[in-house]
Amino acid sequence: MSQKKNALAGKKALELLSGNAVPIMFIIICAIFIPLAGFSPSYLLNEIITRMGRNLFLVLCLLFPIMAGMGLNFAMTLGAMGAEIAVILVADWQIWGIPGVVLSMILSIPFSALLGFICGTLQNMSKGREMITSYIINFFINGWYLLIVLYTMGPIIPIIHSSIMLPRGYGIRNTVSLLNMRQCLDDLLAIRISGVKIPVFTFLLVGLLCLFIVWFRRTKLGQDMRAVGQDMQVAKDAGINVDRTRILSVVMSTVCAGFGMVIYLQNIGNLPTYTGHSQIGMFCIAALLVGGASVEKATIGNAFLGVTLFHLMFIVAPSAGKVITGDSMVGEYFRVFLSYGVITIALIMYEAKKRMEKSRAGQELAQAQKEEEAAQ
Amino acid sequence: MGTNKTAAAAEKSRFQVMLEQFGLPRLILSGFLLLLLVMAPFVGVDLPTQITNIINRFSWNAVLVLALVPMVHSGCGLNFGLPLAVICGLMGGTLSIQLGFTGAMSFLMAVIIATPFAVLLGGGYGLLLNRIKGGEMMIATYVGLSIMSFFCMMWLLLPYNNPKMVYGLSASGLRPTISLEGFYDQTLANLFKIDFHEVAQSLHISLGPLERIKIPTGSLLVFALLALLIWAFLHTKTGTAMTAVGSNPNFARAAGINVNKIRTLSVIMSTWLGAMGILIYQQGFGFIQLYNAPNNLTMPTVAAILIGGALVNKATIANVIIGTILFQGMVTMTPTIMNAIVHMDMSEVIRIIVSQGMILYALTRKQEGSK
Repeated sequence: MSQKKNALAGKKALELLSGNAVPIMFIIICAIFIPLAGFSPSYLLNEIITRMGRNLFLVLCLLFPIMAGMGLNFAMTLGAMGAEIAVILVADWQIWGIPGVVLSMILSIPFSALLGFICGTLQNMSKGREMITSYIINFFINGWYLLIVLYTMGPIIPIIHSSIMLPRGYGIRNTVSLLNMRQCLDDLLAIRISGVKIPVFTFLLVGLLCLFIVWFRRTKLGQDMRAVGQDMQVAKDAGINVDRTRILSVVMSTVCAGFGMVIYLQNIGNLPTYTGHSQIGMFCIAALLVGGASVEKATIGNAFLGVTLFHLMFIVAPSAGKVITGDSMVGEYFRVFLSYGVITIALIMYEAKKRMEKSRAGQELAQAQKEEEAAQ
Repeated sequence: MGTNKTAAAAEKSRFQVMLEQFGLPRLILSGFLLLLLVMAPFVGVDLPTQITNIINRFSWNAVLVLALVPMVHSGCGLNFGLPLAVICGLMGGTLSIQLGFTGAMSFLMAVIIATPFAVLLGGGYGLLLNRIKGGEMMIATYVGLSIMSFFCMMWLLLPYNNPKMVYGLSASGLRPTISLEGFYDQTLANLFKIDFHEVAQSLHISLGPLERIKIPTGSLLVFALLALLIWAFLHTKTGTAMTAVGSNPNFARAAGINVNKIRTLSVIMSTWLGAMGILIYQQGFGFIQLYNAPNNLTMPTVAAILIGGALVNKATIANVIIGTILFQGMVTMTPTIMNAIVHMDMSEVIRIIVSQGMILYALTRKQEGSK
């Protein structure tokens, strides 16, 4: 009896282990790297909390498309681009501090929503390969972003201050200083506990988004999204406008990503105009997956755990790499490799599982048919 | 009036049929390239030099584009995992130099060394793709990126020590760009090279501006040979089986074809061709580029074959040739013409929008749907 119980418990533990293989692997990596890197605990804690405030909002915006069964939204970068355009304009109008941040957020909404709408429409045209489509949309819209920022800002879109323009007279500089906006949200209500700064207000905003997500899951639209995510055909038969629901989920994701990007930029304190958004999507997706999320299921908990573990690895990898191999570049490449690797593994697991389920359904159907024939 | 209307309708439908066959984007791009070529003399751009450039760049890139064909045929989709194949070629190139080969011999050795890597890595990649049928393109992208970032570490850690390749100070770790001068720079291009200037001089005639045209015959011949091999292969029994697997895997299985084996074979072929492709690219370009460079060629290559009229599950040698000429023509002509007209180089932006737009167009087309 007890043996049976043990076996059951063992099986359960094994399932838990295999279900959370990625987070466990990252915990092990961090456990090896942290002592090697030799950072002080308060430094690490400070960095982690800063990075959580900076990235959590962006990571959470990935949850909406996953809810609607559209997979990892590689096109969240679109929201980031929308926010960057808004921030450039606000920086040019020299509206600083909290009003500047709020205005950037409001101004980013139309841009992000429009881009999200385009993205959702294109994804509806390519059902079954949404992810690769969103991945390519990224690069496509990036081309238009470059066109707008490099060539039309100045001659067509009026830019007042030459300080943010390239010396040639049109186009925006590679870096736009946001010094007067720097950490203004983070410093609001900030608490310092023995050298560790906690940006309470930023965390409040993240908390609000979490609450919104929890509430949203229970609304009609949220339920529709989950139904569409489960089975598009069934949802359609139940009278849900599938295409519209899917577009809405992408638009919500990009708009949230726009807000997230503004929070991210005010924390960093400057805007890398042409490179700021390029890696955002990848790092956020990797962070979410490190937290134990999969392509079809992700929770708020995954996001929190993922950002913590992923950024812990990110902070310690270069120094640890230097200790192990004598070259800090190796550590930097290693963390990029891990980010790509974790996304690859998640995608492979998702597709393999989808295929297994498909073949199992086929086998069950064949079995049922056989039984039916036998009964006759 | 009535007949007029029907005639107009018939005309329209004929036009539409033609459009559908040729594809609107390809029509626009061909028109664009034609416009650039016509405009060139008027804005003071030297046309023969431009044509030489286009032929040159065609000879660099054509084999890479050709490498996509087998995988498209077997239904594995567009090979966004091209960095994997490029890595195999890079291993061949760097090892050949490390082992001390020079000149044309280094190119031959690079080909020989790259082959086992391509077979092994391609085989593993093929087995992986067999387990995730239906999601190949997304996973291919990330397999390519993962292996590329893995090799970023390897270029630093592997014990290379040829002073022509490693960092001068630490004497270890490969440099991001390695010059091929003295190795296989222009090896193929200089083979049977036709230089109209020399031809004119030896014949004691003047060809005028045509004298500026140079043709890298060797590279073109190698491409022709490989393209012919692929064409012939696709008409053998195994090749036909590959096409069958691509167009209808269930039918192929019913006909007794080992689908997984054929797919793996196609991936190995693609990987080997990709490795050859990057070696040929390097001999034309004159440099080996390491670290994050392998990914720079992925999107242009995929875009080129799509511009040539390939679909996600259908590609021919003609698509490869037309696509590479159109794409490379656009890439070489746009910056010079733009600079001549408006003194503003928007070519990079145009290149991004056109190539990514082309890939998007192919992905969102309804008729070929998901399989």
